Amino acid sequence: MSNTITLKYSVSSEDFTRAGEASSDVKSKLKKMNLPPEVIRKVAIAMYEGEINMVIHANGGEITVEISPTEIVIILDDIGPGIKDIEQAMTAGFSTAPDNIRSLGFGAGMGLPNMQKYSDEMSIKSTVGVGTTVTMKVYIK
Amino acid sequence: MGFVMTVNDLIKNTNFTVINPGNNLDISINKPFCCDLLSIAMSKAPANSAWITVMGNVNTLAVAVLVDVACIILADGVTLDLTAMEKAKQQDITVLQSSMPIFETALLVHELINA
Repeated sequence: MSNTITLKYSVSSEDFTRAGEASSDVKSKLKKMNLPPEVIRKVAIAMYEGEINMVIHANGGEITVEISPTEIVIILDDIGPGIKDIEQAMTAGFSTAPDNIRSLGFGAGMGLPNMQKYSDEMSIKSTVGVGTTVTMKVYIK
Repeated sequence: MGFVMTVNDLIKNTNFTVINPGNNLDISINKPFCCDLLSIAMSKAPANSAWITVMGNVNTLAVAVLVDVACIILADGVTLDLTAMEKAKQQDITVLQSSMPIFETALLVHELINA
């Protein structure tokens, strides 16, 4: 029996005007499913940070969202430069974002830490020169 | 608790200029929230707060929608850039402007809520 809903989004590179559209769309779909507001907020924040990361660092990518009765799984998949040192990247305040990104209010080194904070499980697989896959799970309690 | 202050009450207050009226005018504002770093705003902004910031770009609007703030107040006379203006209209987000700095703007919102 499969009662999982799968949603797919493509995130375009350097397009800040559209960044957040995928997260907004997921948010409104979860709202229609009457999920708890706290679950929706966690998914929205974790996914938006991921979306922004893809725009800033990875020339865009693909996002897959799987909604099952017990959890929401968000898979962020890119063919960007990869993350050399994941532990360092996870440190709050560490950022490699350029100045033009900082002037937009990002680049504070809070993206990955926020993604971890707002997901119940997160794993990062990254190969330099190949790309990065981040998988986040938010439990529906 | 003070009296209930809605987004519409703020719109009518002459200390603010309406940049985009939005469509959720009956929401009652629970508190002012100040932050310019979007990642921090995203994790800390309370739902139904009045978010006071000097960042007037399209990402500010995306964050506002994701965390359900009642409205955005751009302090220090900051305004939205054109792309952000389009997004505000398209998503019906209330955006106001204050000529005062962030602290004074937030203090005014706080005083209005607790009047």
